[in-house]
This record gives sequence, C-alpha cells and structure tokens, in this order.
Amino acid sequence: MTEEIQIDQEGGGILNRILRGAAVPVLSVFLALLIGAFIIWLSGSNPIEAYVALFKGAFGSSEAVERTLEKATPLIFGGLAVAFAFKAGLFNIGGQGQLLIGAIVAAYIGFAVKGLPFIIHMPLALLAGSLAGAAYGAIAGFLKAYTGAHEVITTIMLNFVAINLTDYLSNGPWKDEGILARTPKILETAAIPKWGFLPAGFLIACLMAFLTWYLLYRTTWGYAIRTTGLNANAALYAGIQVAQIIVLTMAFSGFLAGMGGAIETLGVVGRYQPGFNVGLGFDGITIALLAKTNPLGTIPAAILIGAMQAGSSQMQFDAGVRFQIIDIIQGLILFFVSADVIVRKILPAQLVDEEQVTLSTGWGS
Amino acid sequence: MATTTVVQEQNSGMSSRTKWLIAGGGIFIAALALNLYFFGATGTTAVFAATLRQSTPLILGAMCGLIGERSGVINIGIEGQMLMAAFLAFLANVYIGRVLPLGLTLPIAVLIGVATGALLGLFLAWMSVTLKMDQIIGGTVINTLALGLTSYFYVTGLTTQGKLQTIPLGPLADIPFVGPILFNNPPITYLTIILVFVLQFALFRTVWGLRTRSIGEHPSAADTVGINVNRMRYLNVTLAGAFAGLAGAYLTLEAVGSFERGMTNGRGFIALAVMIFGRWTPIGAWGAALLFAFFTAFATQTQFTGLVSIPPQFVGMSPYVLTIVFLALFGGRARGPAAAGQVYDPE
Repeated sequence: MTEEIQIDQEGGGILNRILRGAAVPVLSVFLALLIGAFIIWLSGSNPIEAYVALFKGAFGSSEAVERTLEKATPLIFGGLAVAFAFKAGLFNIGGQGQLLIGAIVAAYIGFAVKGLPFIIHMPLALLAGSLAGAAYGAIAGFLKAYTGAHEVITTIMLNFVAINLTDYLSNGPWKDEGILARTPKILETAAIPKWGFLPAGFLIACLMAFLTWYLLYRTTWGYAIRTTGLNANAALYAGIQVAQIIVLTMAFSGFLAGMGGAIETLGVVGRYQPGFNVGLGFDGITIALLAKTNPLGTIPAAILIGAMQAGSSQMQFDAGVRFQIIDIIQGLILFFVSADVIVRKILPAQLVDEEQVTLSTGWGS
Repeated sequence: MATTTVVQEQNSGMSSRTKWLIAGGGIFIAALALNLYFFGATGTTAVFAATLRQSTPLILGAMCGLIGERSGVINIGIEGQMLMAAFLAFLANVYIGRVLPLGLTLPIAVLIGVATGALLGLFLAWMSVTLKMDQIIGGTVINTLALGLTSYFYVTGLTTQGKLQTIPLGPLADIPFVGPILFNNPPITYLTIILVFVLQFALFRTVWGLRTRSIGEHPSAADTVGINVNRMRYLNVTLAGAFAGLAGAYLTLEAVGSFERGMTNGRGFIALAVMIFGRWTPIGAWGAALLFAFFTAFATQTQFTGLVSIPPQFVGMSPYVLTIVFLALFGGRARGPAAAGQVYDPE
C-alpha cells in the first residue's frame, strides 16, 4: 500500500520505480556474497575462483542456462506461493509439501492414464498436480480459519507428512519395477516440452507470475485478500468473508506450489523420485522477500537463486567448494533483505523506499 | 494491572488443576493398559523409558519457545538453535576428546552446546529488538543459516570417545517398573525434569517471572512501572536459547552420540506445538511433550515387535499428524501472550 501511495507522490517513471525497488535486494545479495566469500576463504578455498566457477556453471553454456531456468522454475512457484499468502497475512511454509504432493499426483496421471493425446494428457496431469497441491494447501487454511491452528506450524507439519506420504506411494502402490523407490516414467504424451535451452515450464511459471499479479491487483478477490492481510478485523466489518478468504488463499497458494511440483515431474525429472527439492518452502520465503512480495519480482529473484543452485556443482568441481555454501548465502540474503535497517544505512536516501513487510501477528489471532 | 493478571492466572490454575490431573492420570492408565496388553511388562517398561527420554528435546525446545513468547518474542528458530548446538557440541566432543579425558570432555561439550543456543538466542534478540525485523523471518534466518553452516562444515568420519551414560540413582533404580523408567537415566534427562519445575516456579512465583509475563502481555504498562522492556527481552531470549542449546547437546551427546545433517528433523517445530498445547506453562508443556514422545515410542515399539504391519512411513508421519490434530482440537483457541510478535518502541 505504502508503495502505491509513494509512487503517486513522487510520480517517477517506471525505470525509477524499478531502480528504487531493486536497490535493497541487490545490495543484500552483494553483502551476502561478500560474507559467503569470507567463509569460502576461511575454509581454505579461493572465493574468486569459486564464484567464477559458479557463474560459469549457471550461465556459461546453453546447457548451463537451461539448467538455471529449470532450477528457477519451481523456485518461481515457491516464491509465488509464499508471496501470495503473505498478501492475506498468511505465512505458507508448506510450499515443499504442496510441491511434493503436486509432483507425485502429476506423475501418477502421467504414467497411469493411457491413450490420451498430448493436447489433453499433459494439461490434465499438470492440472491434477496443481489441484492436489491446492487441496493440500487448503487443509492448513481450513485449520487456520475454523480452529485457529497457526498455519506456520501446521504447514511445517504437513511438509513432514507429505515427505512420508510420497515416500510411501513411490515405494509402495505407485512403485516402478526394480529396486529403486520411484514411480514409473511418465508417458511421452504427458511430458512438457523444451525448446532449445528454453524449458516450456519456465514460460508457464512466468505466465503464472503475471496471472498472480493480475489476480491480486486487478480483481475483487485480490482486493479482498489484500484487505484481509492489512487488517482482518476491518475486512470483517467491510463484509469480507475472512474465513473463506483464508481457505481460498491457502488453496491458491498450494495450487501454485503444486504446479511447480507438477512441472518438475513432467518437464524435468520425467517421474517422481523421493528426495528432490528438500527445503523449497524456505527457499520460497527468501524469494518472496527478495521480490518484496511482488509476484513479478519472483522471476528475477528465482533466476538468481536458481543460478546459484545450478552453478553449485561446477563450483564444487572446479574450486573444491562444497555446494552447501549456497544455503549459507541464501540464509544471509534472507537476513539482509529483511534486516533492511542495515542495508538502508548504506544506501543513498533517494534510493530507499518506505515499504516494510510485517507478518507476525501472534499465534492466537 | 500486573497483580490482577497474576491473581487471575492463579485462580484459573487452581480450578482447572484437578481437571488436568484427572485427564493426565486417565491418559497414563490407558497408555499403561494398552502397552501391557500389547507388549507385556518388559516392552511396557521400554516404551515408558523411551517416552521420558524422547520428551527431553521437545520440552527443552518448548521451554525455549515459551520464555521467548512470554517476553513477547516469537521464536521459530528453535530448530536451527538445536541443530547448531548439536553440531558444535559434537565437534567439541570430537576435538576436545583428543586431549582431555571423556569425563571432562562431555561436560565442556554440553556447555558449548548450551552457549551456542544462547548465542543464537542473542542473535534473534538483536534481529527482533534492535533491527526490528519480523520475528518469524528472524527465526527462519536462524534455521536457514544453521542448516547451511552445519551441512557445509560437517565432514564424515569423525569419531568421539563416547557419550553420556545412564546414572542409576542408587536403590531407587532397583524398584520394579518405576526404577528403570524414572531413576536410571542419563544426566541431561534428569536435568531437564528439574528445569521444568524450576522454570515453572520462576515464571509464576518470582519477580523475574512477573516482569517477564508483563513485558509479553503489556509492554507499555511494564515500561511505565520502570521495567526496561527491550533489555529484558534481550536477556530472556538469550536465556531461552540456552534451553534449545541443551536440547541440541542432548541429541549429539546423550541420545545419538554423533551428528547427522538435519538431525533435528522437525523437533524444534514440534516443540512449538508442544508449547501451545501446554498453554505456555512449563508443566503443561511437559505433559504435552510426554504425550508426543509416548506416541512416537509406542509406534516404534509396534514396528519393532512386528505386531501390526504398518508401513514405516505411516509410523514416521504419526507425530506430525498428531501435532496437527492436537493443535486443531485444543491449541487453536488458546491465547498466547498478547504482545508476542510485536516490536516495542519506547517513545
């Protein structure tokens, strides 16, 4: 809200707005990389060599770019899921669970439903995965709206439930032949294509980012969501069905995460196998905050984090720096983006806007 | 203002105490009967002993959470505090153990774990009080950094001289059934039980406790009567971190004996549910922690004896499903400290 008001006052051009919006995130990333370099140096490796290898592994060839975009795709969805729920004042840490459920349901439709043409089969598998994610997200929304159980805890618990559930399915009823715990390969007709180095899944992610933005800022439903997020009591007095909004918001948030999982299955892995994208729920928070909870901002934020993930194995190979350094850098980015008191002190005043994100409202409310 | 709150809490505590005692006793007898029926006397003793030990990190984590929230700071970084403390306590056990005898190494390693938890508590206090960061994000920063740092610096193949052993309490340990469960435990488990009662007393019967609760309920009122709200929050969140640190030390020095990546496995989050279910009181949370640990121990024993063939994944997910069910049934309506999550800005 403050963002919009300020824009009206200053009347700056779109470039100016982007510059002002991006200053804090960019500097945060820079500071995080700086401390990361220090840690790399501390553990006996050359940070410059490491970062060069990281960059090469992320953008050095067309395969590298493809890998980066593939990594960025579920991250866009993870970031969108968190950012969207933020707008209603909800904290969805369950992105990972919703993604896993979406991934395995998409895999099931992908391998078990036979005889459909591509034009029906692929969208069907994608939609089924997304809807499964939506249903899974709605559980936390329902619990929040009707029993008051806080979504931070329920979504984290649901992540663990989803890990076990998908593990059971891919090792039991939906298991492929052979010893590995994984589902059979999806049929050709369910696969999401790739054009050169550009995975179609990435384009779907960008499209969904735009749709989410549109939904939030250009529809009545989006207005109700944002009002609920700003002040649930006021929203209630204004006649907004707050309980319903909470359930629907969590469902749509889960829909986004589930779609991310479905695309991972249908466009990248080709089947469901346990143990991918662990910790995505927390990646989603970093990305949503880097994007300052703007749905469109999740695209560059996810490309950045995706690039680090894509380049990390090259870094380990070339410079002998373990890939887990990426997690540390990500934690530091999250810190600097939200501890913007520090970052703002460094920045020149005209580059600082007033927007700040507040989420904690206590467990009871 | 503050005195009326105390009187009310004591009254409600008195009136509902008998009710809770009856409920607790009922659950205990039901659990006992169920176990005797399924596993016989030996198996039952094993389940109850495992219950007490497995409740240790949960109640310690819950106490960390409740000290913070009673002071007005939400802490979802307990998981990370535990993990980091477990890691550093383990490293201390490995490297100090190369120079000092085990009897000296272990206490030092425990202290290092406790100090690690406290330092991360201080970090959370700095983020939430001084930097005025959103507290849930502050906790997430701790979780992300702890997972990243421990995974990055962990190397396999480190060996220790040993871990904390059980201390039988003289003849008490020989009492049939009760002895092996209550009086034959390793040190952190004993210490934790003592800490539950100490913290219960401290929170509800001392000046520190009264001040702590006042800055979590109504910080500006507390400020008016001369309490330095933000200094007290710093102090309490740091102190609370020590409890999470002890939980971490328990994992690597008492329960498992070694470190694994991500070994806390959600205990820090279950601890939060335990805290809510226990109504932000140490004894209440202890009851909740015992209940959770009991279900885990019972499920493991069922698996172990092969009585019922449930897929292991369903056993694995049961504590998390239970957390959700309990929160939905009992936790949702619970009101936490009013000012938890809010920055206090003295004008």
